[in-house]
Amino acid sequence: MTTLPSTLLLDWKRIFKWGPICAAALLFVSLVGMPIKLDPKSIISPLLSLGYVSLFWLPLIFGYIASSRVVLEGVETSKPGLSDLLTGVLTGAIGGAGLTLLMLGIENFDIRDPLINWSPQLLEVLAFGARDLNSAVWIGIGGALGLVGAALNVIPESLRRVVSYGSFTVLAVAIFEPALDDMSEGFRLEWLIELIFQKRGGLKLWPAIILASLIGLISVISKGKVKKAVAQYREQEGSQKKQTSYVLFGIVAVLGIVLPIFMGTYVNSLLANVGIFLLLALGLNIVVGLAGILDLGYVAFFAVGAYTTAVFTSELSPFFAPGMTWALSLVFVVILAALTGLIIGAPVIRMRGDYLAIVTLGFGEIIRLLFLSDFLKPYFGGAQGILGIPGIDLGFVYISGTDTRGIFYLVLFFCALAVYVSWRLQASRLGRSWMAIREDEQVAEAMGINTVNSKLMAFVVGAVLASFAGAIMAARVGSVFPNSFMILISIVILVVVIVGGMGSIPGVFVGAFVLIGILGGPKQPGLLQEFGSLKLLVYGMLLVYMMLQRPEGLVPSARRTQELHQEEFLQDSWLKGTDAEDEEQPVEGEEAQI
Amino acid sequence: MSTETSNSESTDPSALLEFRQVNTHYGAVHILKDVDLAIYPGELVCLLGGNASGKTTTLKTLLGMVTPTSGDVVLDGEVVNNQPTSYRVANGVTMVPENRRLFKRLTVKENLMLGAYLRNDRDGINEDIEYVYDLFPRVKERLSQKAGTLSGGEQQMVAIGRALMSRPKVLLMDEPSMGLAPALVQQNFELIEKINNEGMAIFMVEQNANMALSIADRGWVLLTGRVILDDTAEALRANEDLQKAYLGGGSGE
Repeated sequence: MTTLPSTLLLDWKRIFKWGPICAAALLFVSLVGMPIKLDPKSIISPLLSLGYVSLFWLPLIFGYIASSRVVLEGVETSKPGLSDLLTGVLTGAIGGAGLTLLMLGIENFDIRDPLINWSPQLLEVLAFGARDLNSAVWIGIGGALGLVGAALNVIPESLRRVVSYGSFTVLAVAIFEPALDDMSEGFRLEWLIELIFQKRGGLKLWPAIILASLIGLISVISKGKVKKAVAQYREQEGSQKKQTSYVLFGIVAVLGIVLPIFMGTYVNSLLANVGIFLLLALGLNIVVGLAGILDLGYVAFFAVGAYTTAVFTSELSPFFAPGMTWALSLVFVVILAALTGLIIGAPVIRMRGDYLAIVTLGFGEIIRLLFLSDFLKPYFGGAQGILGIPGIDLGFVYISGTDTRGIFYLVLFFCALAVYVSWRLQASRLGRSWMAIREDEQVAEAMGINTVNSKLMAFVVGAVLASFAGAIMAARVGSVFPNSFMILISIVILVVVIVGGMGSIPGVFVGAFVLIGILGGPKQPGLLQEFGSLKLLVYGMLLVYMMLQRPEGLVPSARRTQELHQEEFLQDSWLKGTDAEDEEQPVEGEEAQI
Repeated sequence: MSTETSNSESTDPSALLEFRQVNTHYGAVHILKDVDLAIYPGELVCLLGGNASGKTTTLKTLLGMVTPTSGDVVLDGEVVNNQPTSYRVANGVTMVPENRRLFKRLTVKENLMLGAYLRNDRDGINEDIEYVYDLFPRVKERLSQKAGTLSGGEQQMVAIGRALMSRPKVLLMDEPSMGLAPALVQQNFELIEKINNEGMAIFMVEQNANMALSIADRGWVLLTGRVILDDTAEALRANEDLQKAYLGGGSGE
């Protein structure tokens, strides 16, 4: 008998680890209802819908993971080859077998009572609409996708770039379809949209292929150039960096002002949503990211801003209705938000860490319950809220709540203000005191920093920024209700800040666009409105993933990256032997104690 | 018996920093009991004592993080009992905290600048930062590095540099040898001596009594919140009781 060639020795341990995990993930996704809910969103019409993407990507990823190896420097690893491909195939097939079992299960048992998605509908989606599809097909599909995943490890890097960039582009273009559709009118590009998209939604097949190959090609040509440009920008110093920053800022500003003119109602209102959350997130970023105060009740200030605007501008305000213009009421919004910041902050600020987080959580709810209460009903209308809030009268221009473009410009202005304030504060004396407090509060105090005042200031600045968002929201919607200010909003804003990167202004931008723009806010639909209630699940998964893999956020501030990956950094430098200078003892520990 | 009150007994106009009959409590627990201390310009004094003898409380009271229940804290002739930490730092007291406690994620330069947080005189700050560079040339090489990535000895230099940036009259040091490797402890005490030789008054709290007394001018010994010995370093080293209690059974010189 001949033994198998060594290249065909399979790592069964990995296969039996990742295969079942893949199957479990597939079952979870199916039973949560993703394939059914996301099926209407077509990616490549009529071949592929987002529902199937939610299934297909799992065997692919797990095939990739199972077949990728740890490359150690200086240790000979065998060349990737047939055994890796087989590993991928088997992993994917085990995953697919999970779905096969699920289909058989749905056919034969009925446990729809606890699992509402254990339904014929799911069966139909899994059977690709065909009635008598053999459920074993999924083993094949899983295996094929696992093969593709594993192949990504085997093929040369440039090809991998082409494939990944190409497919991500197709996915992105399909996701952005409603926005592109909306913008095409302004740019007179309806013909292009008609050319690449089906009427019922989804890319047409050939344009998708052409698009993917085009982007793949560009990705190969531009390889490394983007990274280089970024690195170059980072390395610039002093006046040169300032200059580049101004140019970049100028481009963004011009785009921000000019683009909305070409955008339709849909994109403008989507961006206004993003903007309102961005404004909130920028405010919270000052509190959490700069001063290190974990405020879980941030929505309170949003509510105060909205209610102040409602009381001062609406003719229908139950107790006190001066009917001011929005611009004038903004003065009171700022004053009252700052006051609320002080009132909530004063007792809270002396606490630290977890205690502070819990108390702020409580205050956030207290504010909402106060607005909801019967006790204050004569003043704030209780559950009925305050209606009839007029549009935004700035004196020289009137923006009605339904004028999405006007609202967007307004949001843009306040976001720019918030960015400017955060940016200036970061470099200021106050900003330095926040950094010191975040690092070590006791020592900061010993340096002579008045920690209570500094932290209160962070609270107040954050409160004022959030109140702006509230004021805009109130005028935009035309009414305020206590239940628009649920704790969930605080959580979502915090997730935006964390996913984006705490303490990083560009990070907050990316976080807001990805989470609010694509997935949608707590009540506001995003580009992927099919996600509906699933978006909270996605938020949660994203948060867990980020904490495990990239705790510094999508676009981290340089400071956080270094801190969180310091161990890796030190190990690397040790391996490369570049850190020979530091021979002294490590700092921690108490060896010298007598 | 003299008719003078205990207050005026210890009054000394030339003292930089003084405790007059200070008592402190944490809740119902009586920590410092009628403590009298005085630190004079240019002196290096150390406060010795075992665990829970009130050493750190003494420092916190000097710095204003703990308020005495009775007695006075006097800074440069002024009673500062009710002044906050920031006032005392601005008027010449700074602490180098136990275990250095740098702002690890901030750069060395930022750490130094935070030491000068309360100052507005740009020229003076620049002057002092040059002084710190002169004192610790190695710190200058590391300016843009994160403080947490420095070695133990370098961190100690930055911690002292940070304290010096507030241009103090008295430098308080909480357990400077804590958590340092033996070789570094020696180096550290040499540093302290060097700064003292430049004219800085230093008040050092230390468990490593042998080392501390070898460079100090005077010392106090604290036992459960009471000063039980107050003498020159020389005399303290010769004291047999202290030898037994702290200095390892008189095995020394």
